[in-house]
Amino acid sequence: MNPVTRNLLHLTRRQFLSRSALGIGSATLAWLLNSSVSRAARWTGVVNPTPVVPKAKRVIYLTMAGGPSHLELFDYKPELAKMSGQPMPKRLTEGQPIAQLQGKELRCLGPQHPFRRWGESQQHIAEILPHIGGIADDLCIIRSMVTHQINHDPAQTLMNTGTPISGRPSIGSWVNYGLGSENENLPGFVVLSSEGGGQGQPISARQWSGGFLPSRFQGVKFQASGEPVIYVGNPPGVSHECQSEVVKCVKQLNSELDAVVDDPEIATRIAQYELAFRMQTSVPELTEFSKEPEHIFDLYGTRGGDGTFASNCLLARRLAERGVRFIQLYHRGWDHHGGVKKGTEFTAKMVDRATAALILDLKQRGMLDETLIIWGGEFGRTPMAQGDGRDHHIKGFTIWMAGGGIKGGVTHGATDEFGYNAVADIVDVNDFHATLLHLLGIEHKKLTFRFQGRDFRLTDVKGNVVKEIIA
Amino acid sequence: MPFRNEPHTGISDSEPMALAQRRRQRSGVSAILTTAGLVLLTAVLSGNAAPPLPSKVEFNRHIRPIIADNCLLCHGHDKGTRKAGLRLDERDYALKGVNGRAALVPGNAAASEMFKRITSTDPTKAMPALGNKLSAHQIALFEKWINDGAKYELHWSYLPPQKKAPPAKGHPIDVFIRAELEKEKLSPSPEADRRTLIRRLSFDLIGLPATPEEVDAFENDKSPDACEKLVERLLGSEHYGERMAVHWLDLVRYADTVGYHGDQNTHVTPYRDYVIASFNQNVRYDRFTREQLAGDLLPNATIENKIASAYNRLNMVTREGGAQAKEYLAKYAADRVRTTSSVWMGATVGCAECHDHKFDPYTMKDFYSFAAFFADVKEEGVYTPSAFYSRFEPAVLLASDEEKKKLAEFDKEVAAIDKEIAAAGKDKAAVKALKEKRKEADKRRGEFDTTLPACVVTESVAPRTMRILARGNWMDETGEIVQPGVPHFMPQPNTPTLQHSTTPPRLSRLDLANWFVSRENPLTARVFVNRLWKLYFGTGLSKTLDELGTRGEWPRHLDLLDWLAIEFMDSGWDVKHMVRLMVTSATYRQTSKPTDKLKEADPYNRLHARQSRPRLEAEFVRDNALAISGLLVPKVGGVSAKPYQPGDYYKELNFPRRTYTPDKGDSQYRRGLYTHWQRTYLQPSLMAFDAPSREECTAERNVSNTPLQALALLNDPTYVEAARVFAARIIAQGGDGFEARLRWAWRRALSRTPTAKEAAAMKELFEKQLAGFKGNADAARQLMTVGYAPVPEKLDVTELAAWTSVSRTILNLHETIVRY
Repeated sequence: MNPVTRNLLHLTRRQFLSRSALGIGSATLAWLLNSSVSRAARWTGVVNPTPVVPKAKRVIYLTMAGGPSHLELFDYKPELAKMSGQPMPKRLTEGQPIAQLQGKELRCLGPQHPFRRWGESQQHIAEILPHIGGIADDLCIIRSMVTHQINHDPAQTLMNTGTPISGRPSIGSWVNYGLGSENENLPGFVVLSSEGGGQGQPISARQWSGGFLPSRFQGVKFQASGEPVIYVGNPPGVSHECQSEVVKCVKQLNSELDAVVDDPEIATRIAQYELAFRMQTSVPELTEFSKEPEHIFDLYGTRGGDGTFASNCLLARRLAERGVRFIQLYHRGWDHHGGVKKGTEFTAKMVDRATAALILDLKQRGMLDETLIIWGGEFGRTPMAQGDGRDHHIKGFTIWMAGGGIKGGVTHGATDEFGYNAVADIVDVNDFHATLLHLLGIEHKKLTFRFQGRDFRLTDVKGNVVKEIIA
Repeated sequence: MPFRNEPHTGISDSEPMALAQRRRQRSGVSAILTTAGLVLLTAVLSGNAAPPLPSKVEFNRHIRPIIADNCLLCHGHDKGTRKAGLRLDERDYALKGVNGRAALVPGNAAASEMFKRITSTDPTKAMPALGNKLSAHQIALFEKWINDGAKYELHWSYLPPQKKAPPAKGHPIDVFIRAELEKEKLSPSPEADRRTLIRRLSFDLIGLPATPEEVDAFENDKSPDACEKLVERLLGSEHYGERMAVHWLDLVRYADTVGYHGDQNTHVTPYRDYVIASFNQNVRYDRFTREQLAGDLLPNATIENKIASAYNRLNMVTREGGAQAKEYLAKYAADRVRTTSSVWMGATVGCAECHDHKFDPYTMKDFYSFAAFFADVKEEGVYTPSAFYSRFEPAVLLASDEEKKKLAEFDKEVAAIDKEIAAAGKDKAAVKALKEKRKEADKRRGEFDTTLPACVVTESVAPRTMRILARGNWMDETGEIVQPGVPHFMPQPNTPTLQHSTTPPRLSRLDLANWFVSRENPLTARVFVNRLWKLYFGTGLSKTLDELGTRGEWPRHLDLLDWLAIEFMDSGWDVKHMVRLMVTSATYRQTSKPTDKLKEADPYNRLHARQSRPRLEAEFVRDNALAISGLLVPKVGGVSAKPYQPGDYYKELNFPRRTYTPDKGDSQYRRGLYTHWQRTYLQPSLMAFDAPSREECTAERNVSNTPLQALALLNDPTYVEAARVFAARIIAQGGDGFEARLRWAWRRALSRTPTAKEAAAMKELFEKQLAGFKGNADAARQLMTVGYAPVPEKLDVTELAAWTSVSRTILNLHETIVRY
């Protein structure tokens, strides 16, 4: 290195360090200055170290797609039961957005399942969720969520990206941009999906898109059947050794080319091929469930690899163990426009046990404290009947969180006696995102990316951290 | 101060250049950061040795970027974030100041409160309050600027382009570029060799590799205008339009599906073919603009004009049950503002949906007035959920006579059943059975109908009322009603062109189109040539292709950009003329290899002292592999194609559910731009190579270098099949012996012969692979099952498999997918 460059490196180091108060520290710097090819693919995040001590290292987001009915699951409404069949008060519904009940007569529908109190915390949870009830003391139930999109597609987009407009990065990609991943042989943001128990609303890949962030931060959706990551398997007839020789030869020839054309991008390309080749080993190992002990299979109610929500929970734990930063599980089955009683019971059965199993399993491994678990959908359901079902509802619904940095055994916020409007400690989508980032040690207003000349953030121009629920 | 994506984005996949530019401006230090982060820090300007002050300090060039970055967050036009009631975004406010203290006193820096603050050492007074202090150089610029009168200017891109004569004789592009190089004491690079040049021109102009025969002919053409002749041949190729279309289709967010919710198929491929044909026929950009925005309003509009007007219908739409029409009409309106202002103006007018623009003068009224241009577009807020086979009307049916006849037969059948129903009268059982029969007939008709060629179009109807929606809230009905209008601070269009307009006269989409392509419009030509420049030089003259407003990058070669913009207009909006101009410059023909000096002085090649070396775009990565293998079916236009992808790739879709069946035969091997573009689930290899979903306007794709790209090239059946078919060709056509065949393959894929080292490495690979497959012929046979292409029976399968490994290696080389 010539003296001028060295001098400048030094100068730059100081300049970078002077920014560390802004969240950029020596670890990032070390990464920046490390030109070793073998490390070229490793990304350790822009928020490194984090400005506040992170309470959670990773997230497992159990996305209950379709809009689970808070009234049949987590939001106990004895008054609504008394009103069942009565007209819904106009003062609540007039001039409010409404989905499939547009122009229909609005009558109350009482809760379809009994609730009981669970654990030492005596939290109200419906009886159709006995396993989740069993971990009530770990849960922080937020009953005062609100959103502003009333149809599945834009509501999911809002919940995942902070805006209903397409093309913005999803939470998982923001988090990976901010923190990087701990495992360079697996994607830092993995998406899994299962279905059943209700109308399977479509889910767009937009929900885990990196938007305008560099492509590497986008979520990688694992396929339910066949090879988990598309094209991770060798072509038929190509052995590991055969593939390895091809990859080695590609590397050698690329290096030869670099000597001729002097293109730093080639070193990156070489590193990506090495990484890809390692992924070809690490992904199959990841989905090799057979070494799990019998009691784990019993706990989750699955032997894995069958594409169910339970299997995905087990896979989520394995991903978490391997340092994957953001794991999102979709279960598509909560859109109960009709038959909300049977429907919620049925879908609850598909997710209840495995959800609790995941939390218990993480706990017994000492990982729950550092893993933030989120359970919830894109909106809730109306207190008004749609036949024997319920329509979409955005003015008040429930999600819950557990694990890293979350107070267990508490309920935050409340809806009115109908379960219609959130009335206390309202949490909107931007607040939820701000809180999530905060738990990971990221200040939401400072995690930005410049696009079209503007510094965009996950929380756009809003968002308050919900301090009350943080342990 | 919020940390921005700097210095980090330097290591990001998408933005190293803009970032470097910013960092350089700020810190005097620049970093070469490759996509994955190889770092090489170099000096550009030393922080201690500030550059000399310019003889004239210009507001736009020198002062505005400093104010925008350091002051406007608290002292801009946003009331919500304004501190101390002070505004610096407009001169009048700055002169007035607050509490009787003028922020700016023209001619007297020392008396100006602003200057006092930026030079203050008192931490309670010093400005900027957030972030770093201004550098000594920046402060000196301010001082001189204020002393010279503190003149503000409208942002450069809102002022009409100024045509300055090139400062010397020669190709104007070279003259402008060299003038800047001289300032930095740099020289241009030598011309690239012939084989590199023809590869470069082929990829850049038609998106396909040159054949070995074409390379030979070009290398042997000693005439002085060999390059010009090659350019003319390529500009005349029907594949030129395909290459240009890829970029345009990104902008207008063209896709085969509607995007929201069930993401159903729509009928729109004729529009794509219109775009290709327009570039091929060199339709002038002003006409191209009018046809798309207002083809339906043109006098004696042809079918082709109507197809062009599909532009207004390319936005995402929904069929989701329970969606509220009014809400979605508001979404569609906003989408059109975002897209149209981005496509033609390089502007983010979309930011003014909920509040006045934070940085540019666009107001909410501007936003909704812009949206009002499209209020006459006939459309549904929510398309009927049940009619899964219906088109997203209005649409034109482009069926053949025979197809129309068949459709008429279906209609007859339905009419007959209707008659029977009427005749059945009160016979309930009979009516029920007939109704069932009718449903069946309807379904069959619908299923046939949906296979017919058609294209959504724009139909003009009585315009919907357009109001300003407070905070973008579609339920709010209190806002002011607005008429179509262009942004208030820009030159205004003349009276409406359409005679049958309402009273008072209302501007139409045709007026908007005319306004875009009027001489007075300061943006349209600049935006277009800036993006064109990117296609041939790797980076825009202003790097921010989607933002030429105040937050966009100041173009160092503004004189060149303006010269090109005016040349574009003077040529009568002749796109091919501009392309020709760019690719026949010496600047374009330079080698892309940097010298050590250039690597230090201009690591991001913003001065264009050499060529850039972009990776091929997603579609062309595919096209190139298919062309090399001989599989490519070069048919232009037509039905979208379904290349290989997993059958359950659309598993998460519904309404209707669908499985994916790859096309067999010719349509399996069509160019990437014809790929069925499913907005919610883009074909995985296109996605890996950064093709956008086209839900929103994309002016510039990400450029990433990821393991998923490696996995695609190694394992996607498209590339494995291409490799095995290429292998069979190598054996059949490459001559005898390993060396001859390898040379043949190399020339076909890389337009050159292999070096001795390369040949040795490939020989070693070949022999190892051959031994491996000879030991396991079953494996070789399995490898041959990839893809639908037939396997030549006469060839020894183990040899074929070993050559497949060789050709897989070739298709995976960095050189194969990069334009040098």
